[in-house]
Amino acid sequence: MGKNSLIGGSIWEEYSQKVQDLMNNPQNMGEITEEQAKAMNAKLIVADFGAESCGDAVRLYWAVDESNDKIVDAKFKSFGCGTAIASSDTMAELCIGKTVDEAVKITNIDVEKAMRDTADTPAVPPQKMHCSVMAYDVIKAAAASYKGVDAASFEDQIIVCECARVSLGTIKEVIKLNDLKTVEEITAFTKAGAFCKSCIKPGGHEERDFYLVDILKETRAEMDHDALAALATAKAHNSENVAFEEMTIVQKLKDVEAVIDENIREMLLMDGGNLEIVDLRETDEGFTDIFIRYLGACSGCASSATGTLYAIEEVLKEKLSTKIRVFPI
Amino acid sequence: MRVYLDNNATTIVDPHVYEEMVPYFCQMYGNPNSLHNFGSETHPALRRAMDRLYAGIQANDDDDIVVTSCATESINWVLKGVYYDYILNQDKNHIITSEVEHPAVIAACKFLEGLGVDVTYLPVNASGVIELEDLEKSITDKTALVNIMWANNETGMVFPIEEIGKICKKHEILFHSDATQAIGKVPVNVQTAGVDFLSFSAHKFHGPKGVGGLYIKQGRTLTSLLHGGEQMGGRRSGTLNVPGLVGMGKAMELAVENLDFEKNSVKKLRNKLEDALLQIPDTFVVGTKEERTPNTILISIKGIEGEAMLWDLNKAGIAASTGSACASETLESNPVMEAIGAEADLAHTALRLSLSRFTTEEEIDYTIEVINTAVARLRAISSTFSYAPSWHHSTL
Repeated sequence: MGKNSLIGGSIWEEYSQKVQDLMNNPQNMGEITEEQAKAMNAKLIVADFGAESCGDAVRLYWAVDESNDKIVDAKFKSFGCGTAIASSDTMAELCIGKTVDEAVKITNIDVEKAMRDTADTPAVPPQKMHCSVMAYDVIKAAAASYKGVDAASFEDQIIVCECARVSLGTIKEVIKLNDLKTVEEITAFTKAGAFCKSCIKPGGHEERDFYLVDILKETRAEMDHDALAALATAKAHNSENVAFEEMTIVQKLKDVEAVIDENIREMLLMDGGNLEIVDLRETDEGFTDIFIRYLGACSGCASSATGTLYAIEEVLKEKLSTKIRVFPI
Repeated sequence: MRVYLDNNATTIVDPHVYEEMVPYFCQMYGNPNSLHNFGSETHPALRRAMDRLYAGIQANDDDDIVVTSCATESINWVLKGVYYDYILNQDKNHIITSEVEHPAVIAACKFLEGLGVDVTYLPVNASGVIELEDLEKSITDKTALVNIMWANNETGMVFPIEEIGKICKKHEILFHSDATQAIGKVPVNVQTAGVDFLSFSAHKFHGPKGVGGLYIKQGRTLTSLLHGGEQMGGRRSGTLNVPGLVGMGKAMELAVENLDFEKNSVKKLRNKLEDALLQIPDTFVVGTKEERTPNTILISIKGIEGEAMLWDLNKAGIAASTGSACASETLESNPVMEAIGAEADLAHTALRLSLSRFTTEEEIDYTIEVINTAVARLRAISSTFSYAPSWHHSTL
């Protein structure tokens, strides 16, 4: 929210001039007949995508030169709002002259960018990205028809953000590689969720199978799990290789206990004293603070806050990490 | 030519209304609650305005008509007031409404559901109105309120308010009707309707925006939404919108005076438009002419998405509306079309045309011409029309 959000405007005001012109006069609207395709020495391909019940449907016609797989002409018909008409028109335009394999790479973003008046200003408002632009899907259907294969073969990943065509695999990979912690970071790195926002979380204008909030949560959980598993494996094989700072809190506690048992406790017991670890906390500055309670004779001993404490801390620093601090309570 | 056929969204302020409002901006601008003359000189106009409102809906002098900012406020006040006064500390927790109410009702009900209130959303039949049988069946001893609109904003369908009022009276349940789309189009009489609460908004009947009203039958409590001073007898605090109330009063008077004109002349023009549009193949209108407010048509034009049609109409200077979605933020299909069980394919093809007493025959002729041209253009582009199975026009 904010000042600019308080009074809504007509979404028409956010359409680029190119979009408006194409809505009024689409250049590639129409059909290609068998006869017309033959006259071009080309194969006619007709593909449909969308449904009237969803508010958007498009039919794409291609005339493809089979000698070089080049699309020599493309036309469209569309049931949809004005931006659907303009986008379909642009999509058809972008297909002309490309090979089928090149055309399959045309995305919604390419279509939207081609309709911009200036490089930096989107051609349509975010909520129109998906509803109006079905370029990728209908092109895929046309290419599948041409090649006689299943449309799914052009895509082996699940698309999470339909607007920016970002797959589940890409999002997970980017989260892991860059240690992303927020949805905003995912959007900044991939553009997923930057447009209609339906894929960010449930409750947007379209229901989705996957949402960025869930993907982030699950991927972070996977990362934690993987990290723990790696740590456990490393500890089991060669604990020397795992730095104290990288250990889990439980592992740190175990190591601290071991060092105390091995190097400190015996001496305290000899004087009728002892200690117990009350807590172990990791600070933002990278320290591990160990809180101990003296037992028996140590609890009343004058040096428990000075010499003994110093000795304990020094041993732990030497054996485990220089970033350990010990506090008696 | 500029033609305004979106009168269910808002209406032109009648010049006579405007004229009465003018002195209360720069001449008699005193706060009506002030003791001095600047304040008190507004009182005669306020009394006259209230008299007009009471007469307009046939309220008793002992009833209250509280001036609000709009029908949305009135509706929210009723629903939340009923929650505080009749649900929160009593053993009732059930509200009955319909699936086709204005978003102010639906959203407020959803809010109350979050507080634990049980809400029944009655379905509507193919004409877009509820079945009384369904209402009777859904009433339980926990039902605190029945909330049913007088006329639907999308279809113009008029609900059987008097029958609903009788059912509510029989079961001793409170009854609120949102009459926002009814005032000025059909007679509204709170006595014969048997309502306990009634909401309305001035800008829907040629009054100004930002002022509405809530009728509260004598003896009905309703916790205030706005606490503050003692305006409106303490029921609704906030300095009174004097020009707004003056305008709403005059607009109400004119709305009632023009009911016959609406019933005859506006309806005649509406029917002319409707008959002409139904000549286009594969179109249908929701509800029969007689069951609707005289000014409204909700027509489905097969193969043409609503916003695409609005775009072409707007280019030609004609304002209309589509509940479909691509024209709004939500991108959902027209909820009323869905509620009436229209085929899913048609949910995005709804076009709402709503006339007023200011609509002229010349404008209607022009609109018919423009829509025919737009249909030809858009069906030529349409990917779903040319090869869709033939679908004959009819009136459900």
